[in-house]
Amino acid sequence: MGKKRNMILGALLLLAAILAIVILEKQLPPTHIALMVLKKGCIYSLVAVSMNLLNGFTGLFSLGQAGFMLVGAYAYAVLTIPVEARGSVYMYFDGGIINFSVPMLVGLLASGLAALLFAWLIGLPVLRLKSDYLAIATLGFAEIIRAFFQWDKLGVITNGSNMLRKYPTFNSTLFPFIASAICIGIIVLMIHSSYGRAFRAIRDDEVAAEAMGINLAKHKRMSFCVSSFFAGIGGGLLAMYQGSIQAAAFKSAMTYEILLIVVIGGLGSVTGSCIASFLFIASSEWWLRFLDSEMTIGNFKVPFLRAGFRKVVFSVIIMLIVLFARKGIMGDHEFSIDGICRFFRNLGKKKEVKS
Amino acid sequence: MSTNVLRVEDVTMQFGGVVAVDNLSLEVNEGEIVALIGPNGAGKTTAFNCITGVYEPTNGRVSFYGKELVESYPHGRMKKTYIGENGGRYTKRVVPTPDKITKAGIARTFQNIRLFSSMTVFENVLIAKHMRAKQNLLTATFRLNHAEEKRMREETLELLKMQHLDHLKDEIAGSLPYGIQRRLEIARALATEPKLLLLDEPAAGMNPQETQELADFIRQIRDEYKLTIFIIEHHMDLVMQISDRLYVLDFGKLLAQGTPEEIQNDQRVIDAYLGVSEDA
Repeated sequence: MGKKRNMILGALLLLAAILAIVILEKQLPPTHIALMVLKKGCIYSLVAVSMNLLNGFTGLFSLGQAGFMLVGAYAYAVLTIPVEARGSVYMYFDGGIINFSVPMLVGLLASGLAALLFAWLIGLPVLRLKSDYLAIATLGFAEIIRAFFQWDKLGVITNGSNMLRKYPTFNSTLFPFIASAICIGIIVLMIHSSYGRAFRAIRDDEVAAEAMGINLAKHKRMSFCVSSFFAGIGGGLLAMYQGSIQAAAFKSAMTYEILLIVVIGGLGSVTGSCIASFLFIASSEWWLRFLDSEMTIGNFKVPFLRAGFRKVVFSVIIMLIVLFARKGIMGDHEFSIDGICRFFRNLGKKKEVKS
Repeated sequence: MSTNVLRVEDVTMQFGGVVAVDNLSLEVNEGEIVALIGPNGAGKTTAFNCITGVYEPTNGRVSFYGKELVESYPHGRMKKTYIGENGGRYTKRVVPTPDKITKAGIARTFQNIRLFSSMTVFENVLIAKHMRAKQNLLTATFRLNHAEEKRMREETLELLKMQHLDHLKDEIAGSLPYGIQRRLEIARALATEPKLLLLDEPAAGMNPQETQELADFIRQIRDEYKLTIFIIEHHMDLVMQISDRLYVLDFGKLLAQGTPEEIQNDQRVIDAYLGVSEDA
């Protein structure tokens, strides 16, 4: 009974979210910052959840996320630029060597598959490493990929260090929302399957997991590849969101942003990652904007407020979170309807105090 | 004569210049409870680790039900620095990872408990069922393996009931009392459907009462699950009470073997445990 009720409530919540987005889009001008935050938040949620799968659920400390996003973004862009637009995009490379283009959704799937392929290849040597060493190796990989995609010799495919643009994008906020929701849904299903349990077992104790018959190499690779697949799709979505991409933008700072989101949301909490990514994007792009412009209240000029101050405040907030809420917003718990019900029930009990 | 389950031949484990296990040979037969004892640092756990694939032995062979399971010989840098015996006897390298050995039917517990401490008791046991499931990542994710998952859960619950742990199934394993964690670790090992169970100091940190219960428990699971048990233990009352045969290890070498009575009266064993005065 409880399960059925939760499913109905969950579906209703999802429907309400979609409705809210539709209404917001009708009411606000299409370039309004709230819509931007929603779109980017959806994309970052997906990437953060995919990173959480690796770092929070499997216990593999990997910092390659920006690299896989880059692969995904490029795969999407390269494959979907319309044939007639290729001449102008690849102007320095005679229109490139690819003279076909695939539909949007196929391109998005391809972005995931491309990232998966890279992950599989890189995983062969890299996944033998543990903890910090794995982090260093994956970070190095992300940097190499970034340089590699800007290499002139590959220009006929990647357009060298020039921008890729004119590929199909989305206008509606619903698109990234639904795409991310489906992907996150799949990840959640996987986490709750037998394989998800095996991943968590590896996180808790590798030696014991192996003694329980879990093939470490195979399961680590699986987690790595799945995580990269969804990071790739996230990259594809990001390419759509931005309208044009350049390899130089996928710096390691991007990985750190996502890592921060994962840590703020709570390692091992999917809903935590989602909540944190919306909060992170909203505060870095929107809510703290006022700190960047000078402000005078009456005759008093508020000190410190100037361009760039936003980033200082933001860093301080993050430091406070890391210092005082080390487990993040959600710890390793999940946001659930049952949880809310319990919360309200407990509130009621406290008020009544009956024996 | 019952069938031979585990045969360890000339296993040597050398770390740098230290020989932790030195030319160890032993046998465990079906249905037996065999104990491996010895002073601290004698190499008992290292021997276990060689059998279960945690370490690759420097030299020697381990067979399981007559089939070769692990075999190795000194190679690489060890070729020059090897100081153990039987250097040229083994020429193959068969080095399965621990999960393959578990799959072959050898389960183990650990000296310092290694549970999946953030997972529930139920999940801890359920993990062991993952190994023998036929599912793959896609069927598991999209719940196409519904029947199998259900069967895995039922078997797990069944096992927990038999081990009288079912009332704790939703507790987080790391928060349980020590004695119950020990029992859970054994239950988890049983869930892998082993033929041979290796117990590494199961009575460590237990009081006499608990130790007595453990002795009964070990006998009971051997009969119930038709197991063969190989056990490392320090509690002499426990060992002498339950084991059919004993092997005594000292400084990596096999010192003595025999029935509990024989071992109790063996002067070399007594010396190894109590030490000998040099001017005597």
